[in-house]
Amino acid sequence: MTTAVLNSVLLLASLGLIAAVVLYAVSKKFYVYENPLIAEVEDLLPGANCAGCGLPGCKAFAEKLVNTEDIADLFCPVGGNEVMKLVSEKLGKVVAEKEPTIAVLRCQGSCDVRPKTSEFQGPKSCAISAMIYGGETDCQYGCLGYGDCVEVCKFDAMYVDKVLGIPVIISEKCTSCGACVSACPKGIIEMRPKNKRDLKIYVGCLNEDKGGIAKKACALACIGCSKCEEICPKGAVTMHNNLAYIDPVFCTLCRKCVDICPTHSIVETNFPPKKEKVAEKTEAKLTLEKSKIDA
Amino acid sequence: MLKTFPKGGIHLVDNKLSAGEEIKRLPVPKVVYVPISQHIGIPAEIIVAVKDKVEIGQIIAKSGGYISSNIHSPVAGTVTKLDKIIDSSGYKQQCIVIRTDEKNIANFEEITYPLKKEIDLNPQEIIQRISDSGIVGLGGATFPSHVKLHLKEDEKIEYLLINGIECEPYLTSDHRLMLEKAEEILVGIDIILFALHINKAIIGIENNKKDAIELFKQLAINKENIQVTALEVKYPQGGEKQLIKALLNREVPKNGLPKNVGAVVHNVGTVFAIYEAVQHNKPLIERVVTVTGKKLEHPSNFWVKIGTPISDLINEAGGIEEGVGKIINGGPMMGRALKNTEVPVTKGTSGILMISAEETSRKEVYNCLRCGECIEACPMGLEPFLLMNYAEKGLFESAVKEAVLTCVECGSCSYVCPSNRPLLEYIRYGKINAIKLEKAKK
Amino acid sequence: METQPIIVSASPHIHTDRTSKKLMYDVVLALLPAFFVSIFVFGISALIVTSVAIISCLLFEYLIQKYLLKTEVSIGDGSALITGILLAFNLPSILPIWMVVAGSLVAIGIAKLSFGGLGYNIFNPALVGRVFLLISFPVQMTLWPTAIKNNTAISDAVTGATPLGIVKERLLYGETMTDLSTKIPSNMDLFLGVMGGSLGEMSAFALLVGGLYLIARKVISWHIPFVMLATMALMTGIFWVIDPEHYASPLFHLLSGGAILGAFFMATDLVTSPVTKTGMVIFAVGIGIITVVIRLFGAYPEGVSFAILIMNAFVPLINKFFKPRRFGEKLKFKIG
Repeated sequence: MTTAVLNSVLLLASLGLIAAVVLYAVSKKFYVYENPLIAEVEDLLPGANCAGCGLPGCKAFAEKLVNTEDIADLFCPVGGNEVMKLVSEKLGKVVAEKEPTIAVLRCQGSCDVRPKTSEFQGPKSCAISAMIYGGETDCQYGCLGYGDCVEVCKFDAMYVDKVLGIPVIISEKCTSCGACVSACPKGIIEMRPKNKRDLKIYVGCLNEDKGGIAKKACALACIGCSKCEEICPKGAVTMHNNLAYIDPVFCTLCRKCVDICPTHSIVETNFPPKKEKVAEKTEAKLTLEKSKIDA
Repeated sequence: MLKTFPKGGIHLVDNKLSAGEEIKRLPVPKVVYVPISQHIGIPAEIIVAVKDKVEIGQIIAKSGGYISSNIHSPVAGTVTKLDKIIDSSGYKQQCIVIRTDEKNIANFEEITYPLKKEIDLNPQEIIQRISDSGIVGLGGATFPSHVKLHLKEDEKIEYLLINGIECEPYLTSDHRLMLEKAEEILVGIDIILFALHINKAIIGIENNKKDAIELFKQLAINKENIQVTALEVKYPQGGEKQLIKALLNREVPKNGLPKNVGAVVHNVGTVFAIYEAVQHNKPLIERVVTVTGKKLEHPSNFWVKIGTPISDLINEAGGIEEGVGKIINGGPMMGRALKNTEVPVTKGTSGILMISAEETSRKEVYNCLRCGECIEACPMGLEPFLLMNYAEKGLFESAVKEAVLTCVECGSCSYVCPSNRPLLEYIRYGKINAIKLEKAKK
Repeated sequence: METQPIIVSASPHIHTDRTSKKLMYDVVLALLPAFFVSIFVFGISALIVTSVAIISCLLFEYLIQKYLLKTEVSIGDGSALITGILLAFNLPSILPIWMVVAGSLVAIGIAKLSFGGLGYNIFNPALVGRVFLLISFPVQMTLWPTAIKNNTAISDAVTGATPLGIVKERLLYGETMTDLSTKIPSNMDLFLGVMGGSLGEMSAFALLVGGLYLIARKVISWHIPFVMLATMALMTGIFWVIDPEHYASPLFHLLSGGAILGAFFMATDLVTSPVTKTGMVIFAVGIGIITVVIRLFGAYPEGVSFAILIMNAFVPLINKFFKPRRFGEKLKFKIG
């Protein structure tokens, strides 16, 4: 009985030893050398594997960073300037500094302002629907609302509003990886600079039809009246094909265009209430005090 | 046993409601919207300006390249604008808008040409005349015909196949054209045979048009080089590749053209247009359009000027009934659903079908049962369920390996799928992206 | 004027009436004759086992889809109903009810839903449930009430083995077929349905009626049943011709056990069978061979369930190798 136990133990032990030796030998013989820097750089990266850098995953990006001489063109939008600075220090190479950006949906055509004139039957996918026709409304440039962009967002920064019928971007969560920009078959989403207080001014419309036709399709459409172009003190607004576009490089966020737009097609976000209102308040206060003094 | 293509295909209900209706002339429209892209290939280039006066048949847009076609004014009138109008692609396209002269509207009856059998032009001139006249494939594909007729030195065509199949349900424009213009079509066939030095022609007609088969057999009885063959009623018999397989038992190779197997195929409408262009110097400015539907007052066939808004045709045929689900440009299998009735008739419009919501509504989509019905139905030997799977997942290279680019988009797979899966949409999506990928590689 | 807005979709704009729900309910209809025979032979217990199987299959599918997987509930599509019926048809009528429920749980939960639901499963769910029960409870799964001729309700039935079981056991003990001819039902009895066995294995006649109905309605194609039965007949025929005393006749093999039930209803399951006709023939030949091998040389008297499950595992490979010939290309074997 003891011999049986002893034999079994010895046999299994020797099998285990042989296996260990073989594994060790193989791991040494087939060892693939990898620059340890790559693992270190990868640790610095956000690890989202979102392909915002243009490469399939953070590991691949780390490899590219380590193996390329000049990394000025490479940028991780999710990590932003902070992460790129750390990478630059680790590798001793120069990196570009980019302004942080955020995804912006340039369409305000929700269900209440842009009525549907046809019914689409088929897979509820923007890519498929765009292949068939311009959409259920009379504006063929606007958002289709089936949420292809929401599906590709890896950071849960988008959702389709059930009432409005168009996607909403949550600024705090957006890492500007750019997945939604490529997913939208109509090019409605754009990356615009994100400043400290997330103030944005942009034209929320892509309709290139003439004014009358555009307005019939959507109440908030850009009718191409050019009033914004005329009033802009910095020349940041350009008109092309009956559509206005605000260049973020020149825009100083003065909001003159927002006020003058007759269809409220230009969108402003996160601005404090207007100066006029503050002025009105101060004036009201002054008149009150004056009346008190007079009295 | 009637000839047919062996693999795939489905049997549909005919619904040829307007088969007995003689082709009537639609009143000349007050405004025509002539798109510049009515054919496969490069859009034509506009050569008129706003406020120009144009005559019937005057060229208003020139061919934009080799695979392109001229466009002629269908009416006498004035160019009012060069505007973007929504067309059957679902998007706005550039159009030339012409307001018809009062005189032209009043001249409701068109000039009728007597039958002319003698061919005065030589082969070179014939092909040039076809090219000048803006003739494209009127079966629906709208491929510029002169490109099909350009042969290289070593290319020899054995057979000219005439497509009188009209396999789509509801459409009857080719049928009526064959009944009413049979002699002219035979002259047209002679013209093509002469121009390309082809010896034999076969006219293929589906067996549900027995009167047309009889008529052509009678008229061609003394012509040894023209044969008339009745084919089994099966969709998509009218597809070029399926027609060649059925009539000649030859298969066009992958990425190949019919001329690789010694054949050239033309639709009967195209042949008639060629006859009118070569014999009477009349460019392509009008065509036969079927207006049909179960709920329509009076399903009819019309001679329609290119650029006529579809609303004109619908009104002439009795108006839209309540409960119309879709307005389709073409047949129910391959036609395009239209968003409104302001879309103009183009060279490729073979019919306008008003179909009720009950007949056409999409049902709930279920998981793929892997039943294999789509494989049975596909005439090109593909596996549609697999192609849809790949396209959905974005695996376009795998889809190319499964020959997604050879799909003729006939729609048989989507028709038979018991789970109501949108196979054709995803296959088209796969094709578009596969082509994009191939272009990006180069 | 308030009218329905115009509908826009991609082509084609018409669709066949033949939907998957109609297919499923046709299968249920085809199984009714065999169901009535089972009630006739086994009485109320057949009804109980079948109902319990159906209800637990539907219930488990509903519960798992709604609460565990949190996806859309699809019990209305008819597939769980069919799985319940087919599972019941593979069980003895005196099986304890809790085992029927356990079998249903395995069939729906493991064999169907854990793979992804309808259309994603590799193995036939009813057979997985049956094989699970067979391996876990071999005693209860091999006790069948003996059918008494012209009897309707059998409550104190004497339990015994199926004709196949009798044949296998006795041949092993050295008896010959002539000895056994009195102990096993005649071929006519087998055909009509007077024998011991599982609920669905009774009347070859009733099953054939259902099977041919399905072929006529184009729910299944003739390839799998015909080729499977032909292969079985051929193989057993060869052995029987060589030694008729130690091998049962092909007719006996075709009519007994789950051969006909398997050929028409289990092997032809759309999801787990190949997609092309060539693939189906290969599949059916494989099932036929494996069934006969198990029946003649294996430990179990009945091999249809195992054979079908084994060939189910090969179906993805069959689909990959036996693709349809593409238009314009020559037929060649290619790795798809």
